[in-house]
Amino acid sequence: MEFSDFLQSNLQQFWELTGFYNATWQHFVMLGVGLFFIWLAIKKDFEPMLLVPIGFGMLIGNIPFNTEAGLEIGIYEEGSVLNILYNGVSAGWYPPLIFLGIGAMTDFSSLIANPKLMLIGAAAQFGIFGAYMVALLLGFEPDQAGAIAIIGGADGPTAIFLSSKLAPNLMGAIAVSAYSYMALVPVIQPPLMRLFTTKNERLIKMRPARAVSQNEKIIFPILGLLLTCFVVPSGIPLLGMLFFGNLLRECGVCNRLAKTASNALTDIVTILLGMTVGASTQASEFLTAETIGIFALGFMAFIIASSSGVLFVKLFNLFLPSSKKINPLIGNAGVSAVPMSARISNNLGLKYDPSNYLLMHAMGPNVAGVIGSAVAAGVLLGFLA
Amino acid sequence: MKKKLTLLLVAVVACVSIASAQGRRGLRINEVMVQNDSNYVDDYGNRSAWVELFNSTFAPLEISSVYITNDKSNPKKYPVPLGDVNTEVPARQHVLFWADNAPTKGTFHMSFTLTPGEDNWIGVYDADGRTLIDEIVVPGSLLPNQSYARVADGEDGKDGAPTWEVRDNVTKPITPSSNNHIRSTNSKVDTFAEQDENGFAMTIMAMGIVFSALLMLSVCFYIISKIGAKMLRSNKAKSHGTTLKEMPKEERPLHDTGEEIAAIVMALHEHLNTHDSENTILTINKVKRAYSPWSSKIYGLRELPRR
Repeated sequence: MEFSDFLQSNLQQFWELTGFYNATWQHFVMLGVGLFFIWLAIKKDFEPMLLVPIGFGMLIGNIPFNTEAGLEIGIYEEGSVLNILYNGVSAGWYPPLIFLGIGAMTDFSSLIANPKLMLIGAAAQFGIFGAYMVALLLGFEPDQAGAIAIIGGADGPTAIFLSSKLAPNLMGAIAVSAYSYMALVPVIQPPLMRLFTTKNERLIKMRPARAVSQNEKIIFPILGLLLTCFVVPSGIPLLGMLFFGNLLRECGVCNRLAKTASNALTDIVTILLGMTVGASTQASEFLTAETIGIFALGFMAFIIASSSGVLFVKLFNLFLPSSKKINPLIGNAGVSAVPMSARISNNLGLKYDPSNYLLMHAMGPNVAGVIGSAVAAGVLLGFLA
Repeated sequence: MKKKLTLLLVAVVACVSIASAQGRRGLRINEVMVQNDSNYVDDYGNRSAWVELFNSTFAPLEISSVYITNDKSNPKKYPVPLGDVNTEVPARQHVLFWADNAPTKGTFHMSFTLTPGEDNWIGVYDADGRTLIDEIVVPGSLLPNQSYARVADGEDGKDGAPTWEVRDNVTKPITPSSNNHIRSTNSKVDTFAEQDENGFAMTIMAMGIVFSALLMLSVCFYIISKIGAKMLRSNKAKSHGTTLKEMPKEERPLHDTGEEIAAIVMALHEHLNTHDSENTILTINKVKRAYSPWSSKIYGLRELPRR
């Protein structure tokens, strides 16, 4: 072989390995989506902690390469570094770790002080099952429908956990859809809240919550775990870690552990989870008609969940004395997008009455939503896995 | 301190031994062939009677040191040897033992045979040689090359359904080292697809469960908060030297006021307004440095040896 031929053949081989040679229009679409997510996060401040890792993960996962070269670089290639990191998503052990952190960060006082707010968190889960029915109508199998419907819980880790068990092939689309809608809570929820409430209802002032003793805060995670997991044992991984994290926080003798769980551990897992979920949206796997269906169903689930929370409060108010009425603007917080949806309630409340602070009241249904969506996921897992 | 440590150690050991025992109780005799003329062949090319065990748990199960026997008076007839990695049966998987009375051939060759034409009792005992884990009487009516198998792997028949059945490889397959009941789909999903096409049943059941779980929690905390409040008032009454009835009820302001509100507002204000883009003026001044370690000869030259 001539030297020039040798050079040419090697350069040709190298060219065939490059992204330019292997690129398809689908890759560019997904790269565009990744850049859009990063733009949303940095410029619009939409959930930057989620959208920056997911967006950048999309860039990583959609750089075209020759999948037949056996380079062990793709996220779905067994043994590749990305595949090893992706194990936390595919085997479902990142979400419980995130729940540990959520538990260690969350103050359940508002819920303990006003336990009836828990029911708002339960009502908002109707979004999940409303979407489940529509997904069945659209021809999805019950297990796939269950995995898609959990987007209505507005809980990314739960969505990943459940879809990894019920429909692993749809997990990328479900995860991205769940996180996208969580980031879009400030856009989706306010119009619905205005639509379903009257001006007088938005002006309802709620009594401040009573002070909660340390003992109650310690009993809550223990009793919460026992009661919910005895009803739905399949929720143990999520609920167990959530309440464990909360006990670390409230017991007062494990401050170092609580601090690690709520800061360093959560940050590490969030980085890995976000990046690998983003990278799992490889164009070849992601850009399908099913994905569009999942996004549409997820959007609908989110709307039903937010609306049913608000409508439930209105219904609940019919049975409450006038001094104990609940402002329906906190109904949207029944979805478990903590604390974004509670902030929305507060901001909207302040818009109509600058002295009406609903944040702490909204945190009650908000954290109840976390428990409710984990219970709902456990129910779906128990019925369909 | 020592006493506490000892107690803790005993508790841990007890828990571990209970967990281990519970695991082994999941071992099941799953399928047996007494007369093998034209069926499964062992590693030596021979056909012998075989006994299939099934790990009915969802965790790997180490079965070395359990006993398999066909003689009630001799429960320790064949101990499964230690030190073979293959004696760890994965979750919901099978392991096959040859009843060829040739234990020198390997771990899975037992020290007894089964007798065609007679009822054969087979038992599996735990490592203590006393705890019977599972047993079966294989009927003497079994024909050559027929197996006696559980209908569903590791399970007893429910609602009077038979647990065991005869298999002849014609009407029903003989399945050494594989599932007796082959599932191609998820039966739960199939049932929901058939019985609950619209998803109403799932919605009613699931929402009912979610509501009842949170309602229970809610009721519990309502009761706890009442007890807590009563205790607080009772303590207050004691410290004031009055009775519980004379104490006024807890007074709370009608609306959120005060420092907490101020703190929340400040936090929100800070959160919403700190990340804006600012006009920045960048000034570049040239700083002249006469000396830099990168160009210093001290670091570039070898020191001369001192004499």
